[in-house]
Amino acid sequence: MNAFEYVRPDDVAGAVTMVSRDPHASYLAGGTTLLDLVLKDGVVELGRVVDITRLPLRGISRGDDTLRVGALTTMEELAADPTVTERLPFVREALLLGASPQLRNMATVGGNILQRTRCRYFRDPTVAACNKRAPGSGCAAVTGVARMHAILGARAACIALHASDLCVPLVALDAVVHIQGVGGKRSVPLTEFYVLPGDRPDIENVLQHGELITEVEVPLLPVNARSGYLKVRDRASYEFALTSAAAALLIEDGTIARARLALGGVGTIPRRAREAEELLNGAPAVNQTFRAAAEVALRDPFTVSGTAFKVELAKRTIVRILQTVSGVQS
Amino acid sequence: MTRIITLRVNGKSYENEVSPRLLLVHYLRDVLGLTGTHIACDTSQCGACTVMFNGESVKSCTMLAVQADGGEVKTVEGLATNGKLHPLQQGFWEKHGLQCGFCTPGMLMSSLNLLQRNPDPTPDEIRHALEGNLCRCTGYQNIVAAVQWAAQEMKAKPAAGVAE
Ligand SMILES: Cc1cc2nc3c(=O)[nH]c(=O)nc-3n(C[C@H](O)[C@H](O)[C@H](O)COP(=O)(O)OP(=O)(O)OC[C@H]3O[C@@H](n4cnc5c(N)ncnc54)[C@H](O)[C@@H]3O)c2cc1C
Ligand code: SF4
Ligand code: FES
Ligand code: FES
Repeated sequence: MNAFEYVRPDDVAGAVTMVSRDPHASYLAGGTTLLDLVLKDGVVELGRVVDITRLPLRGISRGDDTLRVGALTTMEELAADPTVTERLPFVREALLLGASPQLRNMATVGGNILQRTRCRYFRDPTVAACNKRAPGSGCAAVTGVARMHAILGARAACIALHASDLCVPLVALDAVVHIQGVGGKRSVPLTEFYVLPGDRPDIENVLQHGELITEVEVPLLPVNARSGYLKVRDRASYEFALTSAAAALLIEDGTIARARLALGGVGTIPRRAREAEELLNGAPAVNQTFRAAAEVALRDPFTVSGTAFKVELAKRTIVRILQTVSGVQS
Repeated sequence: MTRIITLRVNGKSYENEVSPRLLLVHYLRDVLGLTGTHIACDTSQCGACTVMFNGESVKSCTMLAVQADGGEVKTVEGLATNGKLHPLQQGFWEKHGLQCGFCTPGMLMSSLNLLQRNPDPTPDEIRHALEGNLCRCTGYQNIVAAVQWAAQEMKAKPAAGVAE
């Protein structure tokens, strides 16, 4: 196990310079992903840990129709925010169905977006074949025990799941990630932030080394919209999703005026279900519509024997959340 | 590459030189000798290591000691005051909220976090609040009863309160 240096920069610019200049440096926020990978699993080696927890990037402010969430805001703080309860209830649900209170007290919103996969082969250094950890080495999961793995955006090179709950409503809402690098600031919609594994599963998002997430901007739902998050898992609490769905609907006279839908537990990235949304928009809020949307959302899955069951489960998850949010009986 | 850290633990100040890779739980146990905080897993899962950091429950196996520098920690050793058990400790005693006791320090600290935010939790809320603490012995039933007992006791005798 390697020793590392620990630094605590005073400002954002200093932190960004430090990590950008040093290929072996990494930001440390809540540590709930990073410290496991470095100190326990031993699959990530670091020369320098740059502690950002004291930078002034913690807190929530409300604009007219957006919420600006500092990257270091904890999951528990975001869940407790009154605007989230009032105008983004499915974000609160997704947060409180994730991890545990102690972890949510530590885990930050920026870190949640950047959490690494829970694929057991990725987290086990004695397993040689993992394209995400060692590009070109193969994938132990496609022929191994796969259950908590992805079926959308997956391919034989990697079927690792992005296991975040929070990011599911965030992609549905068109949240925007604000980023600071040595060359300046930029903003990327969360739906364009993640990269499908393709042939390079080690590349997970558009961040350049050293770029820091400073803030996440979340558009509020219209006052008369209804939303919900459904998480299906192997046990009733404290477990990652097998499948999940976040839905927000604006219904007028039995017709869906505007739908937002995203899926968790099934994608290599948090999946926005745009084609399903198109089908829902303008359609009557009835079970037939919901099932049709589910069929579209799960088109062309990539499954292995351990994940094949997820296709139908995900469809039913979508139908169920649409029923719940719209108040339509099954 | 060591670093000097200053911390308040259970109201007492400490200053120590530590390696950056030292986890807070090892600092508490091995450097300060406060072995009430347990370690039971290697994956941030079990919650046996739960302590209060700046007034909120955290997993001390998932925080570097250097990260905690300047902060305020409360461990299970800091629960009792003047030799008198905290209502939560009494509750675990009265309601047999433990068998082997390995999970208990973490259970107590997570329960403290809950009662600070919600002084009158339902059994369901207690279960939800303790989801990050695993117990292989009790089946949780008596733990829930113990926390309810403590909540009642603290309502009846606010002086026994949860104040930090
Ligand atoms: C037992 C357990 C159960 C869990 N269950 C769930 C669950 O059910 N649902 C769920 O959604 N999540 C779950 N999680 C994951 C948890 O939510 C994430 O670990 C957490 O959100 C990561 O945030 P952090 O602040 O701790 O990140 P860290 O571990 O500090 O960082 C994670 C990564 O992001 C980088 N980073 C952090 N912040 C920034 C930033 N601002 N800019 C650039 N880079 C940054 C770090 O360098 C690191 O690579 C669970 C975790 C554990 C350990
Ligand atoms: S699924 Fe991805 S992360 Fe898991 S073993 Fe295969 S390549 Fe590695
Ligand atoms: S020792 Fe298991 S969570 Fe910390
Ligand atoms: S009492 Fe034995 S683990 Fe909980």
